[in-house]
Amino acid sequence: MLDYVKLLILGLVAVCAAIAANYARDLAYLVHALLIMGAAAITFVIVLRSADEPKAPVPANEYMDGPVRAAAIATAFWGVVGFLAGTFIAFQLAYPVLNFDWAQGYLNFGRLRPLHTSAVIFAFGGNALLAASFYIVQRTSAVRLWGGNTAWFVFWGYQLFIVMAATGYILGSTQGQEYAEPEWLTDLWLTIVWVAFLAVFLGTLIKRKEPHIYVANWFLLSFIVTVAMLHVVNNLQIPVSLFGSRSVTVMSGVQNAMTQWWYGHNAVGFFLTAGFLGMMYYFIPKQAERPVYSYKLSIIHFWALIFLYIWAGPHHLHYTALPDWASTLGMVFSIVLWMPSWGGMINGLMTLSGAWDKLRTDPVLRMMVTSVAFYGMSTFEGPMMSIRAVNSLSHYTDWTIGHVHSGALGWNGMITFGMLYYLFPKLWNKQRLYSLRAVSWHYWLATIGIVLYAASMWVTGIMEGLMWREVDAQGFLVNSFADTVAAKFPMYVVRGLGGVLYLAGALIMAWNLYMTVRKGVVRRDAPLVAPAE
Amino acid sequence: MSDHKTPHPEEQRLLAGDPETTGHSWDGIKEFNNPLPRWWLWTFYATIVWGIAYTVMYPAWPLINGATPGILGFSTRANVAADIERFDAMNADIRTRLTEVELAAITLDAHPDLYNYAIQGGAAVFATWCSQCHGAGAAGVQAAGYPNLLDDDWLWGGTVDEIHFTISHGIRNADDPDARYSEMPAFGDLLGDADIAAVVQYLRNVSGQAADVTLAAAGEAVYLENCAACHLDDGAGDRFLGAPNLTDAIWLYGGSEAAIEHSVRFARFGVMPPWSAQASSAGRLSEDQLRAVSIYVHSLGGGE
Repeated sequence: MLDYVKLLILGLVAVCAAIAANYARDLAYLVHALLIMGAAAITFVIVLRSADEPKAPVPANEYMDGPVRAAAIATAFWGVVGFLAGTFIAFQLAYPVLNFDWAQGYLNFGRLRPLHTSAVIFAFGGNALLAASFYIVQRTSAVRLWGGNTAWFVFWGYQLFIVMAATGYILGSTQGQEYAEPEWLTDLWLTIVWVAFLAVFLGTLIKRKEPHIYVANWFLLSFIVTVAMLHVVNNLQIPVSLFGSRSVTVMSGVQNAMTQWWYGHNAVGFFLTAGFLGMMYYFIPKQAERPVYSYKLSIIHFWALIFLYIWAGPHHLHYTALPDWASTLGMVFSIVLWMPSWGGMINGLMTLSGAWDKLRTDPVLRMMVTSVAFYGMSTFEGPMMSIRAVNSLSHYTDWTIGHVHSGALGWNGMITFGMLYYLFPKLWNKQRLYSLRAVSWHYWLATIGIVLYAASMWVTGIMEGLMWREVDAQGFLVNSFADTVAAKFPMYVVRGLGGVLYLAGALIMAWNLYMTVRKGVVRRDAPLVAPAE
Repeated sequence: MSDHKTPHPEEQRLLAGDPETTGHSWDGIKEFNNPLPRWWLWTFYATIVWGIAYTVMYPAWPLINGATPGILGFSTRANVAADIERFDAMNADIRTRLTEVELAAITLDAHPDLYNYAIQGGAAVFATWCSQCHGAGAAGVQAAGYPNLLDDDWLWGGTVDEIHFTISHGIRNADDPDARYSEMPAFGDLLGDADIAAVVQYLRNVSGQAADVTLAAAGEAVYLENCAACHLDDGAGDRFLGAPNLTDAIWLYGGSEAAIEHSVRFARFGVMPPWSAQASSAGRLSEDQLRAVSIYVHSLGGGE
């Protein structure tokens, strides 16, 4: 019966999408309608083929690792895509000729920049968080994922969201809000997928067999819940037409800006910080084989972090139309946030006490520890940059870009790589990774890449800020904007090279993971007792 | 592929001397019952105390009609206004005199203070408003229609008064009735292909470039018939009409055969907005700024 309800819904969606495609008012909407139609049609056929077939019994005593495997592969894939896009646009900034004439309106910097940010944050980071959430919540609750194939719906639905967002950017469909560029149709789809994600996660937690909820799950749950709230509120839009991708925002002016940066900052806070802390709290104790340093610290810093982070958004709008009082509060909350952020770093690093020697022999653990070190650095730099006086120098400059990337490449990237190196042998039942030496190569390429990136952006950011504010004795500006652009050129080349190194490391990882699955030695646990002869 | 069995614990082993754990275990992960690091806790407290003190001193807490102003009386808008006022007061006298003294009389010898101020201020105005088209170094963009301001080739005149008039009213815009104005016809509609090819060779010839002299000779008649009214018989151009000199090596849109043919066939001319406060609704530049930037441009090398 349920199969027929599914078939009815899928058929209706496919037909409605076909009708919408017929009436589409712009190319992006047309492509999106066709994508939805195709996805619904494919799912229709899959459901149809299995309808009324006897269902295999669900093995209740086994973890559901299919979606985890899929999300782990997607993480590596989108990671390479996102890093490639980032490296390319870095060189577009250094060499504008790479904004090819034949690709104007599709592959110029303005179109590719949101493609890069969304690919790394939502496609790479998002799939990493899907894999981590589904893997961790099962292990630490000692139950199979709740909701049957809902986890598969979440995975494939999320990939559809990624493709819709990416094609939208290339075809010029954007609502112009950073990290929230997708238009209303894509937003609505993500909302459905996200609610399903929340249901799977919560359902699994509720039926857990452990008496207490593990700390990683607090962070993951706060990430899922808060991102749902942020996404819905910041995307309150009214479509111009049911058959077009354009929409108009409900809030306008400084209210819209404030909502946008409440969203934007907490995308960093809950997507890239809380979610990845959840990852850290599981995989570091696992890889180091040592207990978490302090349970008390994890409680205090968790609640302090999620309470404080949500108020820090206004520091993105210092010296704008935002009233001074809101700007002050954003700054104060950002600085008070410093120690709660560092709580995670302390717990991560100190978990290694008694296992520091492993850093010499285990490049995966080294990767994880380095990521926590970058986390600590970024979460110090962030509060510092939120100080109004510092911000007056750093705002709108490349310093911000450097800050974001030391966090994204260093913290999010490295902890994700560590997770993938941990997960692949586990998920494909292999004894170990194909090559630890390749992990070492990846580690050094990535680390040197980040250093080149961050250092060049600090230099160019501070230089730019100083040049913009330079006035002579009579109060006249000394530099034109074009002067600052010209002065940044060498640093832009260095930044691009940093990207090349980071991308090269990721390619080595993809190869290593592939070889682990293809050629890795199958894991066979030795029997606990010798079998009777 | 068979998935792992639940539960799948690999219990973490403790070492001698480890602190006590909380007694829980998740998938083998244990937690130590370590206290909060003291330095961490006290730094956290310190930031909270600092935060409260800061919100007392600066505008911070929202109320029903407004927000607490803070005891320091801080305001970003007031700070900017004060900065601007300080410079305005400092420069008030010299700015007034800059608008009163006859423009052409402001030279380094006659009025060194005014002249130096105008060069400084004019450079800043230029960097902010003019460099987008004319380049940060004022060299324009070659062959793209953005004139070079460093040479002595002027479309509308190179004296400081003429420069001032051009900047104030702009070129070919609808905002200012006094804007410099002229439009070359698109001769593709008026002349046959053979005539256009001939006049292109004629122009190549008079500007001292390699040309087909037979065609060029035929082009002279076409030129005198169609072009000389504005560009004059000798091709030296007419600044009253903004008609460029065609005999020198300077080409606004390029001097190649293809570029010249395009200009003849389709006609090309640039636009510039009016910068005077009266002419533009945006009220861009005050009179002293206009004068300063005129003196600055005049000083760049080609001033007459």
